[in-house]
Amino acid sequence: MSRLQVVSGKGGTGKTTVAAALALALATEGKRTLLVEVEGRQGIAQLFETEALPYEERKIAVAPGGGEVYALAIDPELALLDYLQMFYKLGSAGRALKKLGAIDFATTIAPGLRDVLLTGKACEAVRRKERSGRFTYDYVVMDAPPTGRITRFLNVNDEVAGLAKIGPIHNQAQAVMRVLKSSETAVHLVTLLEEMPVQETVDGIAELRSARLPVGRIIVNMVRPEVLDETDLELVRTVPRSTVARSLSSVGLGGARRGGHAERLVDPLLTQAEEYAERYTLEHEQRAVLAELGLPSHELPLFAEGMDLAGLYELARELREQGVS
Amino acid sequence: MSRPDPAHHRLSPPRLLDVDPLLEDPKTRIVVCCGSGGVGKTTTAAALGLRAAERGRKVVVLTIDPARRLAQSMGIDSLDNTPRRVKGIDDSAGGELHAMMLDMKRTFDEIVEAHADPERAAAILGNPFYQSLSAGFAGTQEYMAMEKLGQLRSRDEWDLIIVDTPPSRSALDFLDAPKRLGSFLDGRLIRLLTAPAKLGGRAGMKFLNVGMSMMTGTLGKLLGGQLLKDVQTFVSAMDTTFGGFRTRADATYKLLQAPGTAFLVVAAPERDALREAAYFVERLAAEDMPLAGLVLNRVHGSGADRLSAERALAAAENLEEPRIVDQEGGKAVLRNSPEAQDSSDSPTPGTPDGAPASAPDGGSPTEDTEHAENTEDTERSVDQLTAGLLRLHADRMQLLSREQRTRDRFTALHPEVAVTEVAALPGDVHDLTGLRTIGDRLAADERELPDPADQPEPPEATAEGNPASARGT
Repeated sequence: MSRLQVVSGKGGTGKTTVAAALALALATEGKRTLLVEVEGRQGIAQLFETEALPYEERKIAVAPGGGEVYALAIDPELALLDYLQMFYKLGSAGRALKKLGAIDFATTIAPGLRDVLLTGKACEAVRRKERSGRFTYDYVVMDAPPTGRITRFLNVNDEVAGLAKIGPIHNQAQAVMRVLKSSETAVHLVTLLEEMPVQETVDGIAELRSARLPVGRIIVNMVRPEVLDETDLELVRTVPRSTVARSLSSVGLGGARRGGHAERLVDPLLTQAEEYAERYTLEHEQRAVLAELGLPSHELPLFAEGMDLAGLYELARELREQGVS
Repeated sequence: MSRPDPAHHRLSPPRLLDVDPLLEDPKTRIVVCCGSGGVGKTTTAAALGLRAAERGRKVVVLTIDPARRLAQSMGIDSLDNTPRRVKGIDDSAGGELHAMMLDMKRTFDEIVEAHADPERAAAILGNPFYQSLSAGFAGTQEYMAMEKLGQLRSRDEWDLIIVDTPPSRSALDFLDAPKRLGSFLDGRLIRLLTAPAKLGGRAGMKFLNVGMSMMTGTLGKLLGGQLLKDVQTFVSAMDTTFGGFRTRADATYKLLQAPGTAFLVVAAPERDALREAAYFVERLAAEDMPLAGLVLNRVHGSGADRLSAERALAAAENLEEPRIVDQEGGKAVLRNSPEAQDSSDSPTPGTPDGAPASAPDGGSPTEDTEHAENTEDTERSVDQLTAGLLRLHADRMQLLSREQRTRDRFTALHPEVAVTEVAALPGDVHDLTGLRTIGDRLAADERELPDPADQPEPPEATAEGNPASARGT
């Protein structure tokens, strides 16, 4: 099982939620996981219903069975100062750089330097050990940038190693790439059963593979429950309207005669069923497209009333039952 | 599909946004569609473009990152940085539709080529730092979208430009991008990095130069000497190239505030999307940007919205209970739940089990014969199907009320914003017909023409008779 679990997906597919649920799921039997946020949105804090996370690893949840989830929202600016301190013992020179706008430059404008810091920080957490020799975190789960940017994001160190051909940054970049391209890392993609997210997933996997980054699992999120099955949908096309009207009428929804309450419900209800059937077909097509990718795949249910802490634990349980951890 | 009757759901309906006058008004020159990712922004921009073109305007749609299928829906296999004419539209009103997709790197390159002499341009374009920067630094896409808009507007070839904004993490980035890039290029760091060229040898600058060499020394240690040299070359080249950068960024910004511009905020009736939309509305107001209204995509409706989720669920449960049939008496056990009896049109409570066979609603004799011929199996599966239909309806009604709640919250916060609602389509849009349908839905003011099915119904409770008897024989 890879110790760095990277979770990406098209915007709006719920990748932060899935990353958080995965961190909970992996924290079984006394294990410790670190959930890392890189996009500064404080989505993790919102999910766990706590105040905004500082740039500091702190415990945010206890998993069933005594495991612990820590969270870290990486602030690129502070991460850069961290790095400068670590490599150069810069101290006040770091502050001088900040005054000059160099930190701004490095973290918001300079290509990839920001991403170098983010991936570097995550890899550092993966490799960190206690005095006892035990890894500090059994797993690190990263709520990563969306599918469209993930390959570039993870591969940024290659690019940097090319730009900075020698020196400590070059060495650091190469060390990070060694972790990211090894079996220590798995990149999971979250999708919905809709055409655009699935297409983006297919494209994203092709990109990851061509960059020789390790692709993990496909997680289909917000799967709607099956209300009508194949047989029902067949029946929708052929059923005499009058029998449906009588059926409605039999449970007190009005009269089945023409113009009666029950009779007037039939058309709108069948229209809704046709819409459902159209979506059902589309979803099946998208499932088939995903199946062709030949990757382990999981489905998580939709919480119609919106996601909350209870729902998050529910998803974690679901992931565990599906053998993700 | 009809929409929920507003009078039924809403205490104070929001102002209606009418897109047709906006699209038809020759004074409207730019429409900017903005909103968070995944709300159908690009599709909305394309649909508006098509609608305007078919109403006689010469339109160009600038999309940022369309799904391949959307480009294909306009009959173009791949959109690129040059506007392409879309074929197959109804041009009887004399309109034209062109579409293009922003190529960030290409647009950046074009600026360099336009503002530097060939030799210098070649040096910049070949610089590894530039190559990396032009393809992906924070805000490039946002800035280039605005730059492209400025270019299209100054060409004056189209009378309407519809712009889709980048799928930013924060939907507001594109407003800030010009300023941010501008302040970076005007910044102290740039001046420092370019200092050797500018300040070299000037008297009285000794102190600065000492600081300078300390700085470049540190940076050189950090980045590696070659990279720093690349950065310096790049920055000084850019400094020349983007001499008038601030001016241009300001001009684009003013263009967005000009009277011919209209902003449309696009959202879906979901909590996060509408929260983002509300923020956007406030931000546009703060920046004096002219907001035309809110496009609310993927709104659900139901033709049976008078049947509540609760009643539908109770009825479904009733149908799913194993039916106990008294074969001897030839009648089914009354299965009405108390919930179903609460309602106005349910049968009179307390109807005895053996109700008269000749209920007023019993249907015509032929129907009864047909019914009698049905095997119990078929009836069972029809009941199952009906239960499924009712569960589906309950889901729909719950979705409707969630959507209504989020919309009401938005309307309460921003009653001044005009809204147009676009009914959800079950599938994706693949062709011009699909875009036209979206356009019709954007423009149609269905809420003023309520569906006859939504009209209040006369009380039926007594006239309907006893459902148990309708079933029982």
